[in-house]
Amino acid sequence: MLSAATIDSGATAWVLVSTALVAFMTPGLAFFYGGMVRSKNVLGMLMQNIFAMGLISVLWAAIGFSLAFGGDGAYIGNFDFLFLKDLGTIAELPGYTGDFGLVVPIMVFFAFQMMFAVITPALITGATADRLKFSAYAVLIGVWGVVVYPTVAHWVFSPNGWLFKRGALDFAGGAVIHVNAGVAALAVILVLGNRKGWPREAMPPHNLPFTVLGTGILWFGWFGFNAGSALGANGLAAQALVNTHLAAAAAMCGWLVVEKLRAGHATTLGAASGAVAGLVAITPCAGFVGGFAPVIIGLIAGVVCYLALSLKTKFGFDDSLDVIAVHLVGGILGAVLLGFFADTKVNALGFDGIFFGGGADLLIDQLVALGATIAFSFIVTWIIAKAIDATIGLRVSSEDELVGLDQSQHAESAYQ
Amino acid sequence: MKLVTAIIKPFKVDDVKDALKSAGVQGMTVSEARGFGRQGGHTETYRGSEYQIDFVPKIKMELVIDDAEVDRVVDVIVRAASTGKIGDGKVWVTNVEQIVRIRTGEHGADAI
Repeated sequence: MLSAATIDSGATAWVLVSTALVAFMTPGLAFFYGGMVRSKNVLGMLMQNIFAMGLISVLWAAIGFSLAFGGDGAYIGNFDFLFLKDLGTIAELPGYTGDFGLVVPIMVFFAFQMMFAVITPALITGATADRLKFSAYAVLIGVWGVVVYPTVAHWVFSPNGWLFKRGALDFAGGAVIHVNAGVAALAVILVLGNRKGWPREAMPPHNLPFTVLGTGILWFGWFGFNAGSALGANGLAAQALVNTHLAAAAAMCGWLVVEKLRAGHATTLGAASGAVAGLVAITPCAGFVGGFAPVIIGLIAGVVCYLALSLKTKFGFDDSLDVIAVHLVGGILGAVLLGFFADTKVNALGFDGIFFGGGADLLIDQLVALGATIAFSFIVTWIIAKAIDATIGLRVSSEDELVGLDQSQHAESAYQ
Repeated sequence: MKLVTAIIKPFKVDDVKDALKSAGVQGMTVSEARGFGRQGGHTETYRGSEYQIDFVPKIKMELVIDDAEVDRVVDVIVRAASTGKIGDGKVWVTNVEQIVRIRTGEHGADAI
């Protein structure tokens, strides 16, 4: 057991609260996505998200955490913490020593990281909307949550991971969560195929108020996601919180300006999407940048993610709710921009980026981390999706797709 | 006996109802409907993609009245529902062969 002196009660209180904030993001994501699908698929979408809280939490406790944070290996953890073994009694977590020493109980760190593991595969559901079979989804995220997520989390988050040691920075999961989920989404939809009728048929959102509500919940929860990743109740947490809010705000403005200029109207969906794009982009940067950098990063994210929407029609893949434009592109942007804006005056445990006299070293490490995450996640996810498709089938029958997921997968209707 | 059916703009429903009540009409049935006429539909834009929405929301109002009332009732509806802009809707009149008040069993004009 850690001696009482090394545990900071303020830090513990804040990370406990942050854990609850991040937990709330998954139902927030459910409503963000749920509003954007057609009314016959809304329960299918809500169910896939909420079910990630069920399945992934159990798997995380059984094996995921141990694979992500156990042992001294550079490429993967070990089985030391299987089924929560020893987590309540060990003095410290492998790698978390010296500068990286935890001032919160390991059990708090476990719980906080569990909520990240839950929301990451849930992000994929936006790309596969309206056609992914529920049983296939359960197997997909179950395998993904044990094979892909803990591996990338180990590389980037654990001080023993090879990308962490190399010097790549990822404050709260730009690569581990958003790029990882975004590229996995791409791999799955390449196997899954497009929705029937896409892009010829109109498939407008059925309830944008849900989407705005979900955006509010995500934004609120993101304070725990980013500022909680400081793992302390201190100035760094405050900096991360301010950065998070400003990036979301600036990205909303950036998105709306381009949308107004190009499509003629500033839309509610645009405001919601822009804010989320900014939150994604600031995630890797949140505890490493300061000053006006979050506003610049947010503005760039709002504009670039909007422009990235057209990728799916150009290349003909049905990324139904734009997971790639928002999470993959936004995550890559944040990780790359960190190579320019990182400032050791904000966080001495980081490195200086190009604009703060650090040269290109950090940017190169960021690109290596992105390349490794994208290649690993894409290949492994594609294999998992192919294997599921060959066995139980990834996709619902065309009749079930026509009827909608609510009735065909769950025998329920959202609206009477 | 005639059945008067009116398709009107949703925000005009209270004006038309009030005008008809003032004119002595005792009952009506309204339902939410979707459709298009010469006005056509409209476009909506979501994340940069334009969708053509053909069916626009309308209110369908139905009332059964005595033959003698037809011209006056139709005139009341047309005046109350009009905005002068395209999409104001239509009113049409059809013959009704029989009508029964369920509670009393009354038939014909007595049941109106």
